[in-house]
Amino acid sequence: MSIDIETARRVAKLARIKVEDDDLPALAGEFNAILGFVEQLNEVDVEGVEPMTSVTPMRLKRREDVVTEGDQADKVLANAPDAREGFFAVPKVVE
Amino acid sequence: MADLNALTIADARDMLRAGEVTSKELTEACLRASEAASVLNAVVHPTPDLALSQAAEADKRLATGDAPDLCGIPLGIKDLFCTKGIPSQAASGILEGFRPEYESTVTAQLFNAGAVMTGKLNMDEFAMGSSNETSVYGNVTNPWRRSNDDTALTPGGSSGGSAAAVAADLCLGATGTDTGGSIRQPAAFAGITGIKPTYGRVSRWGIIAFASSLDQAGPMTKSVRDAAIMLEAMCGHDPKDSTSADLPVPNFESMLTGDIKGKTIGIPKEYRMDGMPDEIEALWAEGRAMLEDAGARIVDISLPHTKYALPAYYVVAPAEASSNLARYDGVRYGHRAKLAQGDGITEMYEKTRAEGFGDEVKRRVMIGTYVLSAGFYDAYYNRARRVRALIKKDFEDVFSAGVDAILTPATPSAAFALEQEFDDPVQMYLNDIFTVTVNLAGLPGVAVPAGLDLSGLPLGLQLIGKPWEEGELLNFAHVLEERAGFVAKPTKWW
Repeated sequence: MSIDIETARRVAKLARIKVEDDDLPALAGEFNAILGFVEQLNEVDVEGVEPMTSVTPMRLKRREDVVTEGDQADKVLANAPDAREGFFAVPKVVE
Repeated sequence: MADLNALTIADARDMLRAGEVTSKELTEACLRASEAASVLNAVVHPTPDLALSQAAEADKRLATGDAPDLCGIPLGIKDLFCTKGIPSQAASGILEGFRPEYESTVTAQLFNAGAVMTGKLNMDEFAMGSSNETSVYGNVTNPWRRSNDDTALTPGGSSGGSAAAVAADLCLGATGTDTGGSIRQPAAFAGITGIKPTYGRVSRWGIIAFASSLDQAGPMTKSVRDAAIMLEAMCGHDPKDSTSADLPVPNFESMLTGDIKGKTIGIPKEYRMDGMPDEIEALWAEGRAMLEDAGARIVDISLPHTKYALPAYYVVAPAEASSNLARYDGVRYGHRAKLAQGDGITEMYEKTRAEGFGDEVKRRVMIGTYVLSAGFYDAYYNRARRVRALIKKDFEDVFSAGVDAILTPATPSAAFALEQEFDDPVQMYLNDIFTVTVNLAGLPGVAVPAGLDLSGLPLGLQLIGKPWEEGELLNFAHVLEERAGFVAKPTKWW
């Protein structure tokens, strides 16, 4: 599997990371080096092996579905680059 | 008497109780040492005011005669841990200015035990790196140098600031985190002890996430005893981390009996790599002999899927990172890019992330995005998770055959020069070849300094233990430490 420039562009878009056109060939090259390294996994016989979901077998704890630490809007917003009137502020989302 | 900042945690604890020293004196010594070591770039956010007020509290508590072991002990905290009101950036530009409104569970437990924080420590950005060269704060320099030249060496990564700070006596111990070797590799490069506990032993709550199924925090210290003391304070069930184990935490220090008679140590043949330096091979053989001399039975074992651990890791870890780092969007915290006229929300995300993340983080987020994308999910991500299951089974098989712990080298080389491997990501990834299997299998692993190479740099051995058997594992490490008699310290040049 070889990553071309268009694939690199698409991946950058999916990851929401702006990559300049001039930088795409080098990026595609890096992807190919890493994915080439990962290709070795195809040598392994994984027939009948379940993909691991949890490394330590455990049943997740259950708890009451209730608010544990609420009423902290000020703290939640304290680090926001732009917050107004109790909300996060962002550029226009819907035309 | 040694300088106060050069004390071990255990010695400082005893001296505090004997009234021979105060936490204030210990803390001042560490703060002075940190200030004088700025060239190492290990401490990136010093917190002297907080440290001195915590030390004053600790001295009061010690005076009452009933204080936990860590009371009054100055520690450094990796920048990955959220510390309330104090910059916590994961060494990333995207978290510039972030001051958490909350305290991570680990630091909260350490502070409740009376520990003193001297500052936040440098690391690779989002813990992604093996040389501490991806940090927005700049490189950390290893306090160790080769005996015959003064080339600046890497302290390893990602917990490079922690390793350098402990080795240079800027604090008595430090927190680290380990996703593929990020505690054990820098510990080995800096001649100190570092343990990654069993997955689930230490709460991940409030530790900035890299790869959630692999991340574990642990102590980095000047001795195995110190690791036992500090680990105990870090462990324990936490309802805020659904993967944290609800198991009792033993007194690890009391398990350092030095008695390993009749125990079985496995030597995995797959860890004998082509081109491995003779010195590492020799050190491994010496470690084997030391454990045998202490009464352990040594057996050759096979972990057949070892070779596939790094490739599996470089699918699983980036996949999880791409999900975890999706939260850095310029909305809730940290950096937001300046926008041009007409830019919408997508441009805000794309510009913010392009400006805020460094190259290695971008690379891994995009690799993760690719392996999780439609059409490739099965071929990459699911295959890697299947291989991971086989890697774990390799270990289960040898443990059920009676092996109590496994001895391997900690790293394939001693500390290398800064910039030496930085331009080749895959070469850099090979640093974790001996450590990464342990994260994939969720096991505890400890790196212990065991010798020096020909140029005078420290080399470490790794012991891998059974799940939840950190106490026994530390006892093996203690035996190795005693017999290796490693007492070398870096010659102070900074």
